[in-house]
Amino acid sequence: MGRVRVRAEPLELILYQSDAGTARGQASVVCFPESIDDLSFAIRAANRHRVSFVARGSGTGLAGGATPVANSLVIVMTRMNRILEVDPVGRVAWVEPGVLNLDLTRSVRHLGLHYAPDPSSQQACTIGGNVGTNAGGPHCLSAGVTSTHVLAADVVLGNGEIVRLGGLEPDAVGYDLRGCFVGSEGTMGIAASIAVRLTPDPPETRTLLADFTSVDAAAETVSGIIAEGIVPAALEMMDAPITRLVEEFVGAGYPLDAEAVLLIEVTGLIGGVDAEVDAIRRVALEHGARQVKVAITEQDRMLLWKGRKSAFGAIAKVAPDYYLHDIVVPRTRLVEVLKRVYEIAAEQDLLVMNVFHAGDGNLHPLFVFDGSEPGIWERVYAAGDGIVQACLDAGGVLSGEHGIGLEKRDYMSLAYSADDLDAQARLRDAFDPDGFANPEKILPAGSRCGEMKRAPEGTWI
Amino acid sequence: MTAFVELAEQIGNATAVEIMGAGTQRGIGGAVDASKPIVEVRAPTGIVSLDPADMTVRVLAGTPVGVLSAALAEVGQECPLDPEDSAATVGGVLACGCSGIRRIRYGPIRDRVLEVRFITGQGRLVRGGGPTVKNVSGYDFPRLMVGSHGTLGMLVEVVLKTQPLANKSSWYTSELSPALLRTSIYRPACIAWNGKMTYVLLEGHEIDVLSQASELSLEPAQSPPHPIGKHRGRISIDPARIGSLAKRLEDIEVRWLAEIGVGTVHVATNKDAGLHDARLAAHGEGGWLLREAGAPLLDPFGVVPSNREVMGRIRDAFDPSGKLNPGRLPFARFTP
Ligand SMILES: Cc1cc2nc3c(=O)[nH]c(=O)nc-3n(C[C@H](O)[C@H](O)[C@H](O)COP(=O)(O)OP(=O)(O)OC[C@H]3O[C@@H](n4cnc5c(N)ncnc54)[C@H](O)[C@@H]3O)c2cc1C
Repeated sequence: MGRVRVRAEPLELILYQSDAGTARGQASVVCFPESIDDLSFAIRAANRHRVSFVARGSGTGLAGGATPVANSLVIVMTRMNRILEVDPVGRVAWVEPGVLNLDLTRSVRHLGLHYAPDPSSQQACTIGGNVGTNAGGPHCLSAGVTSTHVLAADVVLGNGEIVRLGGLEPDAVGYDLRGCFVGSEGTMGIAASIAVRLTPDPPETRTLLADFTSVDAAAETVSGIIAEGIVPAALEMMDAPITRLVEEFVGAGYPLDAEAVLLIEVTGLIGGVDAEVDAIRRVALEHGARQVKVAITEQDRMLLWKGRKSAFGAIAKVAPDYYLHDIVVPRTRLVEVLKRVYEIAAEQDLLVMNVFHAGDGNLHPLFVFDGSEPGIWERVYAAGDGIVQACLDAGGVLSGEHGIGLEKRDYMSLAYSADDLDAQARLRDAFDPDGFANPEKILPAGSRCGEMKRAPEGTWI
Repeated sequence: MTAFVELAEQIGNATAVEIMGAGTQRGIGGAVDASKPIVEVRAPTGIVSLDPADMTVRVLAGTPVGVLSAALAEVGQECPLDPEDSAATVGGVLACGCSGIRRIRYGPIRDRVLEVRFITGQGRLVRGGGPTVKNVSGYDFPRLMVGSHGTLGMLVEVVLKTQPLANKSSWYTSELSPALLRTSIYRPACIAWNGKMTYVLLEGHEIDVLSQASELSLEPAQSPPHPIGKHRGRISIDPARIGSLAKRLEDIEVRWLAEIGVGTVHVATNKDAGLHDARLAAHGEGGWLLREAGAPLLDPFGVVPSNREVMGRIRDAFDPSGKLNPGRLPFARFTP
């Protein structure tokens, strides 16, 4: 013990000053535990020096969750990346948090199983980070987001103590601490091993591509499908700018002249799958779809998905900077909120692209711009404020999968009352009374009744 | 809202409160300590808004599950809370954290709750979660409240995720081993086993239900009889260990029904020591037994979780004077 790898060279520290979002912080020291004991040791050492700490997976988070504030010790979990145990009969895997999301699915593919949550960043992000943000993905529409798939975790709390949350038994004794921990963005401690549920591959899968001459028609089709009583495995939407960009980038066979396309996947047994494909086709055509293509073979399906999954890669090629938002609205309000998103972009004279999880009402407006243009960031932030307001006005929530972190922290009081936020602070403090675990995230200053408001030290957004 | 404000005042001013549902599971989680004067409170009743096109429903916590189910059925939907007695209230079912028999397919009830409103011991009305089907803004109060036995707050209103009613839903029996059935059936709605007979519930498109049943030569049947007896409990165990638990239960005078792939085992007995013996069997396999009814001398949980300190701090944070359902969840009390 005491041999935890530690780095503090200024150049290296820069790598850890932020995640993939826009908030920058400052790391004092970075360490790389290789076991749960290392992790507990590092946290206790930080406690002794009264230094706070922040867990970091791959740093693909977009809300600043892994961005160090208050000179936190950055604890990088990527060396704890072993798949510890796979039980193909019980369909459970124990993994260390540094395992990459896609690596887990790849390692159980031969068993006819997969790990259901599939964030678009799945090649790069870690299971620990997914637990931190309660990550979602296209297939979480019917399968549920990360919390549905996490059974248990061994967690090191803010004081270095090791506790097990949840278990392989269906109900743990007492409060659902596992449920509280998932999505807590590292503010309730750090997971050192995680038991996840594995999902059997469906016997039949169909992937549909429906194209539309208006965004409204596509959005109405989404509501129409849900209203029909169908919850597809995935229901994704892409608007014209992103469809064209992606098509040029990968050639997935998307129509270049469509105003919007829907990518829909239906899985299950053949009877239900056929019936749902027919119903979806009918709803889409009724709402003015020009064409509904059905891909059956693995190869054709993969090509359609390749387009969707390459969206961010394609954007990175054309735009020096982008800002990706994440809001959720009731599915029945999709049309109006989407309309408002385009208006806001026009008001701020910004290019917006939309590629998102339409089936669960989870919008991802993406602003593409050149950050060196004078005044541009002010416009991007103003547009972000507008989008958040439009979402809340429509009865939506601040984030569907990226989390609150630093990015949305100061919006929390728009969404919750003072009593709500005080309750959240109490829950957090019950896990970490000394406040060492990822301080200043999620809850705005002043959340605790009687607390002074102040800006986090050493951050700029 | 005014009903909430009045309840909040009542709870804030009381010294001890018992939160009442329909009373179908009143003893669960421990008897309420009667040494202080107890005020009984009940959550308001009614469906606030049912949005079939969004597949969500906002319902007051005192609403009987049967009433909710009937309203949802009218629009071709359901919410699989599945209590044994449909007079149970939505809030009561959630507070007990007892998931229904179709959990293997539709998940635990904690995954159904999108938003909660509850009143804390200090009489504050708190909202957590949100009405959309996906949400990561702030801490997960919906999951915290499910299974908290009314010790953190009184649920007054929730938003639940609904689902379309299956086109066909049929029970079958089979001579095949439960393990084989589990691997052969894609997404069964339930596989229940009592040591002699395996029961299978298939739900979905009619074509699929019928073809799976015929492929495996399943016999149409009634739903499995729920174990009955004076003393009842539910074991929670790693589903991989149901087989070895069954061996232990063989030697005890209890009736039981195990949910394969889930790990919930319902047990019932008329013998006074039966539940205690079943609990020992559960402990022997790394599980635990929740006393649901009868066996008044038996501890409600029989185990003290290793993370009880965190639980105690949470309880103190929401009910500092210990007035909400005092006596329930005895281990979750923080003594610094
Ligand atoms: C191009 C792109 C596409 C994306 N698409 C999606 C998407 O479809 N769906 C989605 O949900 N997200 C998406 N994201 C966001 C991001 O990938 C997810 O939030 C992911 O879960 C972060 O994982 P990570 O390993 O990078 O974690 P990090 O960014 O390193 O950390 C994320 C949070 O988790 C905490 N954390 C990390 N490890 C642990 C641990 N072991 N225990 C406790 N807390 C921990 C951190 O403190 C931080 O708060 C996308 C990001 C990018 C850049």
